[in-house]
Amino acid sequence: MNGFHWDWAFTWEVLPMILSAAKVTLLATLLGSILAIVMGLVFALLRRSKSRTLCISTYWIVEFIRSTPLLVQIFFLYYVMPEFGVSMSPLATGVFALGLHYGAYLSEVFRSGIDGIEKGQWEAARALNLTIIDTYKDIVLPQAIRPMIPATGNYIIAMFKETPQLSAITLLEMLQMAKIIGSENFRYLEPFTLVGILYLVFSLLAAYGIHQVERRFPKEGFSLK
Amino acid sequence: MSAPIIEFKNVKKCFGETVIFSDFNFKVEENEIVSIIGPSGSGKSTLLRILMTLEGIDGGYINVAGESLWHMPWQGRYVPANSKHLHKMRNHLGMVFQHFNLFPHMTVKRNITEAPMRVKGVSRTEAEKFAEKLLRLVGLADKADSYPNDLSGGQKQRVGIARALAMKPSILLLDEITSALDPELVDEVLDVIRNLVKEESFTMLLVTHEMYFAREISDRVCFFDKGAIVEEGEPEAIFTQPREERTKAFLNAYIGQ
Ligand SMILES: Nc1ncnc2c1ncn2[C@@H]1O[C@H](COP(=O)(O)OP(=O)(O)O)[C@@H](O)[C@H]1O
Ligand SMILES: [Mg+2]
Repeated sequence: MNGFHWDWAFTWEVLPMILSAAKVTLLATLLGSILAIVMGLVFALLRRSKSRTLCISTYWIVEFIRSTPLLVQIFFLYYVMPEFGVSMSPLATGVFALGLHYGAYLSEVFRSGIDGIEKGQWEAARALNLTIIDTYKDIVLPQAIRPMIPATGNYIIAMFKETPQLSAITLLEMLQMAKIIGSENFRYLEPFTLVGILYLVFSLLAAYGIHQVERRFPKEGFSLK
Repeated sequence: MSAPIIEFKNVKKCFGETVIFSDFNFKVEENEIVSIIGPSGSGKSTLLRILMTLEGIDGGYINVAGESLWHMPWQGRYVPANSKHLHKMRNHLGMVFQHFNLFPHMTVKRNITEAPMRVKGVSRTEAEKFAEKLLRLVGLADKADSYPNDLSGGQKQRVGIARALAMKPSILLLDEITSALDPELVDEVLDVIRNLVKEESFTMLLVTHEMYFAREISDRVCFFDKGAIVEEGEPEAIFTQPREERTKAFLNAYIGQ
């Protein structure tokens, strides 16, 4: 057993590799977040649509996604979809799975944010003959975004912490890199500790960033110029 | 006499089991100013909200400016209006709300220019020029860049009026526009309406509890109770010689205050 003594030379040697894998982790989180926000918004708007069919089928899709494990969804997209002729790279699969999974959660955040807008705002928009798209774009969402920031931020951090699951489909993100380094050198302590520290640092930075965004965000919402 | 600009024919309106209008008939002539008075819960707001297409109807027909509001012709019959028809019909109407419903995230100017720019495709320069004119009209030329939350109630409501006027509606619906205001702010809002009707002709339908205002400004006053017009006529007649007991009781309660 040589695991219990910390090897600084080894640490400096593997750090660049871990950091380059961190870029993959961050990229997957960033793209996953963007997709999740878009999907969340789409789900939330479909849930509010006048068509009962659309509303109910969206409800079940969201429920389905939320009640099945992310790993199952990742495997499904990676191993089953190619049988239907859709094959994607590990990164694309990961982004897609994260976006879909967290989109389902975010849709609930967005829905309650939209529900928080007073009825009078909708009525004024209608009395002024704004289209439904302009009403969302100019009146409702600009006011609904601020209250959505904390919960959205928490989900994005949660997503970030779940990116190691993408190692299961060979995406070379931080955990996968640490595993490879560990098995090639028979030393796991340094790579896994580094990964843990990096997750901690990024999570804290993200939480701080989100708090700042929320704090700086105008209370009444913002207006597009 | 030309056709009425607003006409309700046998209109029915329910909220679930509650019947608000069972068989409602009502006409307003072009450029007529009609005040609606009556106890709370009698359906006054619902009447205006139906016209503004904020509430649908459960029976009957409504005509606005010669066209059916809630129905449209299709293959020789009338069918419920689609959103395109409603969009077209809304251009005739503007509404000022009791609780202002200003957009808090937009400047006063943007509150006023938003709809003309988005809905009518008016250029920013032109929309802003008109907004400035409207702000002068309501006495708030210096507040163009303020946000609604920095204004007093009376100022907010004057912005509400300017915002509705920006769409150049031919019919203006005012639903208790001074009810949410402190008493000392009521007159600055009513003065705006007084000046407005002096300068331009509007068809105006207003729900109000300011009896002196209804008396001075209206061509006709309707006393509403339980979803029906109990009594209507020229303001002098309604206020000085009401015929119906319910009108008398209602007015007495007001004068008593
Ligand atoms: N959205 C609604 N759902 C259920 N009932 C309503 C709704 N809006 C109004 N009502 C009821 O309809 C009646 C008439 O309301 P309203 O037109 O607001 O009266 P008024 O403006 O004369 O005070 C009231 O009894 C009210 O409770
Ligand atoms: Mg009312």
